[in-house]
Formats: sequence, structure tokens, C-alpha cells
Amino acid sequence: MQAVKYARASSIGDAIKLLQEGGPAARVLAGGTDVIVQARERRRDIDLFVDIKRVPEVMAIDFGDGVTIGAGVPLYQIYEDERIARAYPALIESAHVIGGTAIQGRATLGGNLCNSSPAADSIPAMMVLRGVANIAGPNGEREVAVDEFCTGPGRNVLEVGEFVVSIRLPQPPEHSGSAWQRFIPRNEMDIAVANAGSMLVLDGDTVTDARIALGAVAPTPLLVQEAADALIGRPLTDETIAAAAAASRAAANPIDDMRGSVKQRKHLTGVLTERTLRTAAERARA
Amino acid sequence: MSNGVTTQRIIINTTINGEPREFLADERDSLLEALRERIGLTGVKEGCNNGNCGACSVILDGRLVNSCVVMAAEVEGSEITTVEGLAQAEKLHPLQQAFLEDAALQCGICTPGFLVSAKALLDHNPHPTEDEARFWLAGNLCRCTGYDKIIRAVLHAADEMNGNAG
Repeated sequence: MQAVKYARASSIGDAIKLLQEGGPAARVLAGGTDVIVQARERRRDIDLFVDIKRVPEVMAIDFGDGVTIGAGVPLYQIYEDERIARAYPALIESAHVIGGTAIQGRATLGGNLCNSSPAADSIPAMMVLRGVANIAGPNGEREVAVDEFCTGPGRNVLEVGEFVVSIRLPQPPEHSGSAWQRFIPRNEMDIAVANAGSMLVLDGDTVTDARIALGAVAPTPLLVQEAADALIGRPLTDETIAAAAAASRAAANPIDDMRGSVKQRKHLTGVLTERTLRTAAERARA
Repeated sequence: MSNGVTTQRIIINTTINGEPREFLADERDSLLEALRERIGLTGVKEGCNNGNCGACSVILDGRLVNSCVVMAAEVEGSEITTVEGLAQAEKLHPLQQAFLEDAALQCGICTPGFLVSAKALLDHNPHPTEDEARFWLAGNLCRCTGYDKIIRAVLHAADEMNGNAG
């Protein structure tokens, strides 16, 4: 391990102060499954870990208007919570496949968001569920929608001294459903070739609201408004689902790499859009 | 290789395998490094050192984790179980016995991680199905056995522990 100092924050104010004093090379330590590896392999310039897991707000799950999930809550606590599982199936589907059991014992939604990988599994799920990041920093608190949080591969809106305290998901409307899927060439333990999340609100057969988001097909996870527009105000049919899938394929701007080609990723984006829409619709009707 | 940062020695208080344990570590140590190099618990193996292989699996406050992606400084006040904590004196844990009887290991480097991970599974779910065992153990990699013998041994140990020995 390169020389990295360790500091433990006990309150939000304490964490801000430590991060501010530490400057750009200070990183928040929550689950550690990305940042510890990045420090060890020198993929990021990190000389101070600020452990936020003793900050009460960071470890809490609060049900009020929707749910507020602390940025340090490990994934297993999220998918083992029946209230979250019932209301936010897209989120649970992503949380279940991030790493294996030991990773899910530590890894967090806050960390997945702040690591800001284009292929992050939970980010498209949080996007379709209209997730909002509660950020604290030297200039006070602010909220940033998850779909505006990432600015590039590994980059996001956080300024020096700021950190994500929690993520709020609003209460899902009546007759709504969500779903998330990814494609990998094996059953478990891999990084997405492509992933997609969908959320639908139905009034009878008519779509009154829709959100579709994609992962691993652009420099950041992508909310595809054109795909939603192909559905909203229309009946949910094979044709409108196909139009949404075509809009997803058009919005995808992937790269060729060892995990998949541009052509394959664009194709997968359409398939995953269609499948998650159909599952979300079943859930909305249930 | 220095980045100009000076790290400190810190005292860490834990309970390891049921015994209170105070030890000195560097604040840059991972839990894996501290367990092996500061405490001498070399049953915890370093495989990939990046959270992929599961060779360094330990149970931290009741939850399975990869000790290579935990900082030693984080575990102040925590309870840790390593493979050294499975056997009771001379009596092997049923998982260890089943791994021997079912030949669920070859080179052995992944074995402590599998044993600890399987213990966490059986603590959490004493009656796992084969699918549940395979998914739970998906983060533990073995390059020798092809997994079938490991899964059979885990299910065999679960049967023994549930008093259903055939």
C-alpha cells in the first residue's frame, strides 16, 4: 500500500473539515472496495482516507417520503430490507449483482455513485427511480439529481470538501414498476458489457410516466429522455416498446473494448431496454 | 516510491477468533496485511489483492468481507473471524472435515477463504440449496478443483451440522 493516512470522522461537520484540510488527494472511505484498490494500484492520487462510517446520517436508512439511504450503508442491508425491496425493485436487482457476497458486505450505493464508473450497476437504477444525492460541504448542503451527478469516467460534481451523505429515492407512484438488468458473459462477478433500468407509471394501458437509463454505453451512465418520450402518453404496445428500444440504441455511444464491441453494446442496449420495460410493466400492473 | 506522506503507527483493539486482541499497525496497512504481518494469522491468504478472488475472506462483525479491501484502522472495536478460528482445539469444524473427506482442495491457497465464506453462508442460512451455495461462493475463486467438490463439501457439512448425516 502506498502511504495513505487514515482519519475517522464522527459527524458531517467533522468529515467536511477533514476533507477540506486534506485537499484534492483526500478521499472518502465508505465500503472501500474501489478506493482502497485505487490507492494501492495508484490509479488515483490518494494520500488520506476519511472514514465516514461513524457518521450517524451516513449509516441510516430512513423511511419518510420515500427512503433516504445513507451513503455508507452496505448493499446487503439494502437488499435484505423488505420495504426497499418491495418499492424499488430496479435498485435491488442492481445491488444483488455488484461483486460477490464479500463485496456486498461492504460496498455502498454512495461509493458506486461517487466512483462514477460509466459501467456502474446501481446508477442507472437510481436514475430511473429519480434518486437525489444529498451532498454536504463547506458551503452547506445541496441536492443533485443522480442523473446530473456524473460528469465523465470517474468524475462527478463533487467539489473539494464535499461528500455524499445519503441518497433519497422518492415514494414510487401508484401503478408504477421498475426493473434493471445487465448483460455479462458469465453468471456472476463481472463488469457490465451493458446495463439498463426502466421505470413506468401506467394508467390502464397508457404510459403516464417513464424513465429509461443505460450503463456502460457512454462516458457516464445515461438517462435517455427520447426513450421515455416514445412511451409517455401512448399505450404500452410492442410498437411503442420497440420505439423506446430504438431510441436507446440511438442514444448509446459506447466504446469497443475487451468486454464488448460498439455494435454488440448498441444491440444489447435495445434488448435490455425492451426487457426491463416489460418487467417494469408487469410490476406496475401487479 | 514515496509520495511524501508520513504515516503513523496506531494501536487497534479488536476481538479476533473470540479473543480480545490489541495490536500495533501502520495506518496504511490493509486488514489483510495487519492480520498476516502484524498478528501472524497467515491462514488469511493474499490472492489478487483487489477484491476479486476471496482468498483473504474474513468475517467482520458478522459479515463476510475481503480483508484486502478493508483498512486495518477501520476495525477498531470490531470482531473478526479468520480460518484459524474455525476448529475447536483439536476438533476440526464440520466444514474442514467435509473438505478433507470430499477432497475439496488441491493446492489449497483458496481453501481458507472458501472455509470462511462457507461458514458465513451456514451462519446466515443453515439449509442452503446448491444454487444458493454457488451464488454465495461466487466471489471465491479456485483454479484447481472446478468447484463441484467444494460445493458438495459445503452441502455435506450443512447436512452434518443439521444432524442429517446420511
